[in-house]
Amino acid sequence: MPHAVTFQQVSRHFGAVRAVDAVDLEIAPGEFFAMLGPSGSGKTTCLRLIAGFEQPTSGHIEIFGETAEGVPPYRRHVNTVFQDYALFPHLNVADNVAYGLMIKGVGRAERAREAEAALEMVKLPGYGGRKPGQLSGGQRQRVALARALVNKPKVLLLDEPLGALDLKLREQMQEELKALQRALGITFVFVTHDQGEALSMADRVAVFNEGRIMQTGTPHEIYRRPQTRFVADFVGSSNVLSPDLTARLGGPRQWASLRPEDIRLDTDGHHRGRVIAASFLGSATRITLEIDGETLSVLLPSGSAVPEPGEEVAFSWSPGDLHVMGDEA
Amino acid sequence: MRSDRQNRTPMGLKIAAAAGLAFLHLPLLLIFVYAFTTEDKSYQFPPPGLTLKWFAVTWNRPDVWDALTLSVKVASISTVVALVLGTLCAAAISQTRFFGREAISLLVILPIALPGIITGISLRSAFNLAEIPFSFWTIVLGHATFCVVVVYNNAVARFRRMSGSLIEASMDLGADGFQTFRHVILPNIGTALLAGGMLAFALSFDEVIVTTFTAGQQATLPIWMLEELVRPRQRPVTNVVAMVVVLVTFLPILAAYYLTRDGDQISGQGK
Amino acid sequence: MTAAAASGPSAILPGRGGIGGALSDAFWRNPKLLLFLMLTPPLLWLGVIYLGSLFALLMQSFFSIDEFSGVIVREFTLKTYGELLRPSNLDIIIRTVTMAALVTLAAAVIAFPIAYFAARYAKGRWKAVFYLGVMLPLWSSYLVKIYAWKLILAKEGILNWLFAKLHLTFLLDGWLALPVVGGNSLSVSPTGTFLVFVYVWLPFMILPVQAALERVPSNLMEASADLGASPGQTFRNVLLPLALPGVIAGSIFTFSLTLGDYIIPQIIGTSHRFIGMAVYAHQGTAGNIPLAAAFTVVPVAIMGVYLWLAKRAGAFDAL
Repeated sequence: MPHAVTFQQVSRHFGAVRAVDAVDLEIAPGEFFAMLGPSGSGKTTCLRLIAGFEQPTSGHIEIFGETAEGVPPYRRHVNTVFQDYALFPHLNVADNVAYGLMIKGVGRAERAREAEAALEMVKLPGYGGRKPGQLSGGQRQRVALARALVNKPKVLLLDEPLGALDLKLREQMQEELKALQRALGITFVFVTHDQGEALSMADRVAVFNEGRIMQTGTPHEIYRRPQTRFVADFVGSSNVLSPDLTARLGGPRQWASLRPEDIRLDTDGHHRGRVIAASFLGSATRITLEIDGETLSVLLPSGSAVPEPGEEVAFSWSPGDLHVMGDEA
Repeated sequence: MRSDRQNRTPMGLKIAAAAGLAFLHLPLLLIFVYAFTTEDKSYQFPPPGLTLKWFAVTWNRPDVWDALTLSVKVASISTVVALVLGTLCAAAISQTRFFGREAISLLVILPIALPGIITGISLRSAFNLAEIPFSFWTIVLGHATFCVVVVYNNAVARFRRMSGSLIEASMDLGADGFQTFRHVILPNIGTALLAGGMLAFALSFDEVIVTTFTAGQQATLPIWMLEELVRPRQRPVTNVVAMVVVLVTFLPILAAYYLTRDGDQISGQGK
Repeated sequence: MTAAAASGPSAILPGRGGIGGALSDAFWRNPKLLLFLMLTPPLLWLGVIYLGSLFALLMQSFFSIDEFSGVIVREFTLKTYGELLRPSNLDIIIRTVTMAALVTLAAAVIAFPIAYFAARYAKGRWKAVFYLGVMLPLWSSYLVKIYAWKLILAKEGILNWLFAKLHLTFLLDGWLALPVVGGNSLSVSPTGTFLVFVYVWLPFMILPVQAALERVPSNLMEASADLGASPGQTFRNVLLPLALPGVIAGSIFTFSLTLGDYIIPQIIGTSHRFIGMAVYAHQGTAGNIPLAAAFTVVPVAIMGVYLWLAKRAGAFDAL
């Protein structure tokens, strides 16, 4: 079976700007795939390349084994949930959801039935008669989802779909999206700048920076074994250790990452540092240690004793938590 | 933020604003009084008596009807031409980025930015040079030229308000360019076009300066009025026509206002 | 809906087919073609016919007229422009520009309170009332507006009647007896012309001033008052500078429209000519198209300089 989406050396340049630069990518059918990165990293352009709104400057794109470059968006069996939802303001919710079916020439009664079924799926039964302007942000998001899913796309693209929602709603939608994806078995490609969202929802994550993919892997791999300094820093704000510090802490003279929550304050610890700051975060306390002019963040679980700034402390970590990334990174 | 102090309007300002608005409206109201006067030789105020007979007289005047018919025909055709040209221009300007956009928007505004007499005399001398005889179509040509801008202004404002991703969303859902135009673009800019068309109609219906240069011997309603203003011959009929013209132009303006009031304003630079 | 992804149709769909589908694909592949097709009709109309006519007119201003035969000599000369400098023609230009400047000034003074009230104090319903209150006179018939003033200014009209009722006729007579501004009656005096110009162009001043004032954050005024400025000082030092681009934008209309008008001074006013009347007379009965063309260049040149200055003052942001 072919991959759902394949990129081979795909580039998209806007004048001198290399929005996407020689990207290779394979997304498996039925996968929940996240593209993670800061704004301007090329993740949204990649999504638009799959949707067909952008054409690659060079390289080759396949969707389920079929060549996609040169094919207009309306001939791709791929649908998008837009960041601003892009609901048609002149149509009511039911007609919005049924738009794709109407274009396809599906009869009125059938259209209405399928639209209502799709609305039920996103937990908005009976909302068909309303105008998009009468809905809340979260409801619009669900309508946008229903409007895409009703076409039973081969790939569903989601462009920061949760970005405009408040925290509580966002967490709820994350779970629902995940459940929906599992139930439907459709390939989801999800763009986000929120690493927590990417890690909690996706089967696999690609981390983007400056038009390139820095690392692709399962959330666990990305989090535990960042291959580059950028990934270590961007995903979960890990401590990035210079080769000097790594060597001082007993590792090879190479760049390495060490998660703040993996460091324990421990009187038996082999290493010593001075506390220069401490801040209470609610579920934990973050303290900053200074070791020979370099700093290290440590997350202490709530309830543990918090040292005062200026205090000298000993610390340690379990073998394997210190992850060596190599010289170049 | 909104304290009482801020909401209290200074008395002097209130009076000045009210006086300004009165200055704008009282002369128009006077037209309504004169339409009913019994005096037919002078502009005597107050009217010696009131009568409805001039409405009947005007109704039976073939020259008024001819002028009105010509004006309506010219305005209708000019509006249609302006709708097509203005919408095309607005779509091209707002949906794409290309070199020379600024120059094109300037070109659209030019016919109303320049004094009407320049547009009029240019067209007239061009007709002379090209040996085109004056006709219905020379009037339309002049009118459509300056009507494009009101359609353009309204359409551009609406395009700007329309989320750019709507067109992408439509294509994403399987609609090609024509289907997207029919099912998404047209319904979204429809009321703006209707408003622009009404304003274009009002503009053309009222235009006199360019028309004096492009009409030859034909009389549109404004040309008829102009002749009455220069050499008054039938004052009572003119009074009635003036009142009807005020009423008739108010309707498209009000309609255009209600069509576009949430969001974009109808552009006042149309004249 | 389950299992849609696993099997189901192909990921790339066939086209809609037909001419519409083929055209649509062609436009999608080649957006420049669509742009070209969209821009061609308006550019042909405005760019070729309209600009061509303007250019032809400009060309003719460099021709001259043979004084004996009255035939246009199609040779390049600046002689026609030289004629503009004759005292009688210079007089026309100076009269028109002075009138345009006075009309602009008066319109700005009358417009400001209306615009200020509408921008800062009118809310909800009143806002709509003000908006329509300006839009309706703006859009009502130009000729009817002039006609209304003919009724008002006539000897037996409402204004004279009002002055008589108030026993103030001597004031009016005194004004009309003055040189330059006076005349036999208001409807044949420069004062009358001035009044009608101000009336007809006033809405064109109100709208841009209001737009500029609406962009002034109200807390700026509070900040000024907080810093100890009196209302008068706040007006001079904060409000006026911020509203100035709007006033300049409005003045572009009032100035340009007055420069080019030939109907108002013809109906309400003296026999002294304005630029527009001169153009009309020269192209019409006199048949002196070159001089008429040269005269039209005057308001265009004045407006060109004016627009350049206005652009430097940032007035276009208020349009």
